[in-house]
Amino acid sequence: MAKRKSDVGTLYKGSPGQWSWLLHRITGVAVILFLFAHVVDTAVVGWGPEAYNRVVSVYHNWVVKLLELGLVAAVLYHAINGVKIMVFDFWPASARRMKSIALASTAIFVLSMIPITWIMGRSILEDAGVL
Amino acid sequence: MAIEAPEHTPSGPVRRGSLGYRGRERPAGGFELWSWLFMRVSGVVLLLLAVGHVLIMHVLDDGVDRVDFGFVAARWASPFWRTWDWALLILALIHGINGLRIVVQDYVRWPTIRFAVNMLFYVIGFGLFALGTVVVFTFDPSAWPGTPGSR
Repeated sequence: MAKRKSDVGTLYKGSPGQWSWLLHRITGVAVILFLFAHVVDTAVVGWGPEAYNRVVSVYHNWVVKLLELGLVAAVLYHAINGVKIMVFDFWPASARRMKSIALASTAIFVLSMIPITWIMGRSILEDAGVL
Repeated sequence: MAIEAPEHTPSGPVRRGSLGYRGRERPAGGFELWSWLFMRVSGVVLLLLAVGHVLIMHVLDDGVDRVDFGFVAARWASPFWRTWDWALLILALIHGINGLRIVVQDYVRWPTIRFAVNMLFYVIGFGLFALGTVVVFTFDPSAWPGTPGSR
C-alpha cells in the first residue's frame, strides 16, 4: 500500500511549526520543574558548607550529569526557538520565510550543541570510568 | 503558543503551512496581552541571564565539578552575581509558572482542578521566591570560618 502523506505535515494536519511548538512546550515544562528543585538545592548554601557540599555532590554523579546535558539542551532549545517566535511575532512579514527561519534556528541549536556535548560528554565519560 | 479562544483577534483566512501575512495570533487585550508581552520581554532578558548562567555554571571551566560551598561564597562576594542570580530567580519563576498556567489551560479542562493546579504552582512559586530571596541577600560565609571562600 502506498504510504499516505499529508501535504503539510506527518502527524496531523498542522504546519512544521507543530514540532517546534511541542518541543518548546516540553523543554519549557522540563526547565521550570527542574528550577523548583534547583532553587531548593541552592538555598541549602545558607545552611553551611557541610550541608551544601553534600547536596551539590549529587550533581557530580555521571547519571545526573547526563540529565544535566539534557537540561542545557532544553534551555538552549527553548531560548533559540523563543527568539524564532519573537521574529515571527514582531516582524510578521518574516512569516514568508518561515521555513528557512525555522531551519536556521534549528541549525543554530544543533551547531551550538556540538561543542557543548563534547565538553560535557567528556566529563560524563570520565566520571563513568569510560575515559 | 496556545491562547484561550475568547481572547483571539480575528486573524482572517490563514493559509495552511504558512503564517499568512498578518502574523501569529495574539491576545486582543487585557491581562492576556500583558502576559503575552511579559513572556517576550522576560524571554529576551532570560536569553542573557539563563543561557549565560547555564553556560557559566554547567559548561565552561569544568562546569558543575568546581561548584561547592567555597565557589558559591567567592561568587556571591560580588554584588553583581548576587543581583544576576536574584533577577534570574524572579524572571525564571514568573516566566516558567506563567508558561505552566498556559499549559494547564490547554490540558486541565475541569475548572476546580484547573484552579487547584494553578494555585499549587503559584504557592510553590511564591515559596521559592521567598526562600531564594532570603538566601541570596542574607548569605554570609563568615558564619562558617575556616571554609574556603569565607572571610
